[in-house]
Amino acid sequence: MRPAVLTGEYFMTGDVACAEGALAAGCRFFGGYPITPATEIAEHISGRLPEVGGTFIQMEDEIAAIASVIGASCAGVKSMTATSGPGFSLMMENLGLAICTETPCVLVNVQRAGPSTGLPTQGAQGDMMQARWGSHGHYEIIALAPSSPQEIFYQTIDAFNLSETYRVPVLIMTDEMIGHLSERVVIPDAKTIQTVSRPSPKGRKDRFNPYEAGPNGVAPMAAAGEGYHIHVTGLTHDQRGYPVMTVEAQEWMMNQLVGKIRRNLDDIIRTEAYRLEDADIVIVSYGVSARTSLAAVDEARDQGIRAGLLRLITVWPFPESQIRELAKRVKGFLTVELNLGQMHLEVERCAAGRAPAFLVGHPGGTIIPPDDVIQALKEHF
Amino acid sequence: MNQPNKQLRHPLDDLLRTDRIPHIWCPGCGIGTAFSACLTAMKKSGIDLEKTVMISGIGCSGRGAGYVNLDSYHTTHGRAIPFATGMKLANPELNVVVFSGDGDLFAIGGNHFIHAARRNVDLTVVCVNNFNYGMTGGQVAATTPFMARTTTTPAGNPDAPFNLPLLAYASGASYIARWTILHARDLMESIQEAILNRGFSFVEVLSPCPVNYGRRNKEKAMDSMRIYQERTLIRNDARPWELDIDFDKGVILGKFIETERPTCTDRYDTVCRPKELLEEMKGSKP
Ligand code: SF4
Repeated sequence: MRPAVLTGEYFMTGDVACAEGALAAGCRFFGGYPITPATEIAEHISGRLPEVGGTFIQMEDEIAAIASVIGASCAGVKSMTATSGPGFSLMMENLGLAICTETPCVLVNVQRAGPSTGLPTQGAQGDMMQARWGSHGHYEIIALAPSSPQEIFYQTIDAFNLSETYRVPVLIMTDEMIGHLSERVVIPDAKTIQTVSRPSPKGRKDRFNPYEAGPNGVAPMAAAGEGYHIHVTGLTHDQRGYPVMTVEAQEWMMNQLVGKIRRNLDDIIRTEAYRLEDADIVIVSYGVSARTSLAAVDEARDQGIRAGLLRLITVWPFPESQIRELAKRVKGFLTVELNLGQMHLEVERCAAGRAPAFLVGHPGGTIIPPDDVIQALKEHF
Repeated sequence: MNQPNKQLRHPLDDLLRTDRIPHIWCPGCGIGTAFSACLTAMKKSGIDLEKTVMISGIGCSGRGAGYVNLDSYHTTHGRAIPFATGMKLANPELNVVVFSGDGDLFAIGGNHFIHAARRNVDLTVVCVNNFNYGMTGGQVAATTPFMARTTTTPAGNPDAPFNLPLLAYASGASYIARWTILHARDLMESIQEAILNRGFSFVEVLSPCPVNYGRRNKEKAMDSMRIYQERTLIRNDARPWELDIDFDKGVILGKFIETERPTCTDRYDTVCRPKELLEEMKGSKP
């Protein structure tokens, strides 16, 4: 019987590191459905959860997988699922349920090239806008993008912590390359891993309003069976959780759902700057493409081009103010991503004409070589 | 002596979110009867109501969860069962009751039903079958009788309906019963048995939707009651394949299956968990 935190040094794939990160974060329920290239997460965690007191279930489809995850989370257990493009599409409706009911959970998308069945075994970053807007209605979402197996281990812990702090589903938008990449992963001592659990209610059970927000905009969450007699619905609801079909209720609820993210951007947004202080060209990238970009920055510097990298660790919410600030002083932006222009649109929007924004995109199936980035730098600047 | 009105209490008031009444159900609708049978059964069964959860999907019957004064979850269309499955597996101490309609559970959610039954997840599923989609105005359902008129089958339903107990049986459900809302007492007793039965338990409740189904099929609320009385037959020993719904031939009601076999959680524990952990888990329970 192995412990939940497997302290040690390993040679591990991103998918396995993700599963181990989840266990270290306190995840004790996984509802899954097989899909390339995310299957290894389910395979690995299916053997690990029962030995740490958790539960794995392979559901009948991805819709059921995410529904079971939301149900398990409502029972008070940290829960997750993992999928890829087609499954991610099927999960969109219930992602909205988790958002509307403020149910924490983690959803991993190991992206492959689409649309449709696409290239099942080959990676891409084509679901970035779907991550932002794939479920119907307006909402805010938190999405992370790891660039290595080591990072996915920590990001999965971070994803759970953010999810529990803000009572939101958190997406890990990784890609097939990172998922299947084997690298050194260090799992630290369990004591050094910080985990967060959802705020729990205090005070009289009969006076508890399940959606009455605390100071950071987030309401304490009662689990099923704790005696609070809560009602939880995907309908527009009030503080009591009761459905209310009015414009005012819609405004109040949306303000709560959107506000808790928008008012805490400083706490949520994570980026990493590389050689950015004196850069006059900013490469914006994330996930596997950030590795390409890192190599390109060094190569460009060697050739006398003052490039730097802004690596998005959280892709959503997008670091708008950071791009706006940079736009005031740099010559331009170059977004490097495995799609034909998604986060690029955000960079362009935030640069708002103050600095030009260009794209090094690719429809997926392979990684973008650093040379393509160098060439683009030379061509545009 | 007459009591002032505000002091009058219904025996189920403690189980109702009375501040949400009046409910949305139409006059003559059968859902209320099915719902109160369900609440009475929950109460009479003696289970710990603090550890009891009601989960619904979407539709008229799916509003049930919104009125029960227990932990209650109104989920997405068709997904009450997988939501309930996650909840039950995450905390096996909960008593989980799914209360929803035929469209929700057997058309959009049909796949989930058969798999939860196959796994014998310890859930109680109460399906109010009113033969059509009531909430959206009366469209054809997977349960609409052959040739019945709905807004999307104006010339009559060309398809055959599901025999729900047969589907439950073939999928592996542990408890299977069918009643109508006219048989309120049998219904309540069946739901009570279903709640107490370990494993996947299914109770189908035939129920009138006078506003949509009834209106288009020349069946007023009272006519439905008459049909439920005159054209039904109670046969607990009936074979699941004899349970097609055809009121012209007569519809069989009763408790058809009651068995006990290891639940999903039982088997997961014995097959997947290390023995040492199981003993630890047993030891920690009072
Ligand atoms: S539409 Fe039909 S099922 Fe719905 S509440 Fe009215 S009578 Fe009942």
